[in-house]
Amino acid sequence: MLVVESAEKIYPNGTRAIAGLSLEVAEGEIVAVVGGSGCGKSTLLRLVAGLDQPTRGRVRLDGETITKPHPLVGLVFQEPRLLAWLTVEQNVGFGLANRARVERQRVVSEVLERVGLDGRGHCWPRELSGGQAQRVAIARALAPHPKVLLLDEPFSAVDAFTRASLHEHLLDLWSAFRPTLVLVTHDVEEAAFLADRVLVMEPNPGRIAAQIDVDLARPRDRYGNEIEQMKRRILWALDRSLRDRSYGEHLAPAAAI
Amino acid sequence: MVAVTAFERADPAPEAAAAATQPVAQAPSRRRGPQLLIGLALPVALAIGWELTVRVGLAEGRLMPPPSRIFTTLYDLAVTGELWVHVGATLARVGSGFTLGVIGGTLVGALAGASRLSREILDPSLQGLRSVPSIAWVPLFILWLGIFEQSKIALIAVGCFFPIYLGVLGAIQSVDRKTVEVGRIFRLSTPQLVRRILLPAILPAYVVSLRQGLGLGWMFVVAAEFMGASEGLGYLLVDGQQLGKPAQIISAILAFAILGKLSDGLLKAATAPFLTWQDAFAPKQ
Repeated sequence: MLVVESAEKIYPNGTRAIAGLSLEVAEGEIVAVVGGSGCGKSTLLRLVAGLDQPTRGRVRLDGETITKPHPLVGLVFQEPRLLAWLTVEQNVGFGLANRARVERQRVVSEVLERVGLDGRGHCWPRELSGGQAQRVAIARALAPHPKVLLLDEPFSAVDAFTRASLHEHLLDLWSAFRPTLVLVTHDVEEAAFLADRVLVMEPNPGRIAAQIDVDLARPRDRYGNEIEQMKRRILWALDRSLRDRSYGEHLAPAAAI
Repeated sequence: MVAVTAFERADPAPEAAAAATQPVAQAPSRRRGPQLLIGLALPVALAIGWELTVRVGLAEGRLMPPPSRIFTTLYDLAVTGELWVHVGATLARVGSGFTLGVIGGTLVGALAGASRLSREILDPSLQGLRSVPSIAWVPLFILWLGIFEQSKIALIAVGCFFPIYLGVLGAIQSVDRKTVEVGRIFRLSTPQLVRRILLPAILPAYVVSLRQGLGLGWMFVVAAEFMGASEGLGYLLVDGQQLGKPAQIISAILAFAILGKLSDGLLKAATAPFLTWQDAFAPKQ
């Protein structure tokens, strides 16, 4: 179980990115985090990934406090961030350097097949399309079989058609390895389609404004009414969180006068 | 001429490798032949024109000897073995000066790139020294190291040092923070981070700086040999001037052109296998 305990992050420049944020994610759960820009979504992910330290509070995985990148936590960035000087295969095997060669090759080809890129293992990253590169990035993060996979708006840079196929790839990988997924996104449809639970965040400082359970069976129909309804609920919550903020911002100067 | 063809022949290897993985990109390599011919047209036409002008007696060719006389001179220098003595001396100077410059530039550049403190200590002084024209060191080097090999090699090493220092420092500073973060996520130790991420990331810029350094090495070897040498291609130049032998001067210039192009081509070919991943190394036009 992944637990965030009243985490607060204040950056050196004084920005309070998140405050009093608590969160529990069950094993194998898919949680989507949505919210406007600057509401601390990425900060939350960086804390869980161990790339940044919370100013207060802590992040724990199965009771162990995370203070630096953890072997059981993987991260997929917004851009693929493949290493240009390594082939697709070598990129996917990047986190497996300490395994025996045969074992590494087995894992790499297994994961590459899962994302539909078997046979492209010898390509250079520059020879891949954007969607393929992001699949390699996901394969790289999943190759060491992390218990938790964090995704920071991983599909925001690809076209809608590619995004839909990447969703399928991700769900396929998830059902194969059952990692806990924490997905930061600004795409409401993506959240409704993929997640078991959607967290709506609000800014200044970033915290959780609402939680929406998406208790729909899989496979889900992307264009079905249930997803549409869910999208509306998420949008409504998102809208309200932002409107409350703007009321506050609107009132503050008036009070000052 | 010899050098041009040898260099072009050495070149297609990395392109062929790239073309194998990228069949679409083959078109430009087909254009290479005609391009080469077009590039040769002007110098060849000028050479033939001048040769004919001198042959029919329209010009004497005393100050600008016709190609046939230049090649005869070059041939004579080669068969007597004199040319190889000079080439050997020059190559030895460039080789040792360049090696020293590479070692120094790489180490100091890496040090300045690795730690902010050392950069703040080193960089201002080095930038100041860099703005001194390297030739200005000659008198000092002669006083310190004598008029023989050491002062010449020191001058070449100084010339090679700066582009390589700047190249290494710049390359380290421009390594993408996002790429480094990938290494952090996979919990690389500092030595692993250097070996698996930083070194490959700076390699392309490093190769460019090596080639710049080598180019400057060839420049400075001439300056070094002007300041008093009894052998070397620079000596051939001075000797040709003092004895009024323009054919010898042009022969030496041709030798410089050939050697410079050859050494650059060798450096490029030697590093190409490490850079096949790079976009820029794929043939494009």
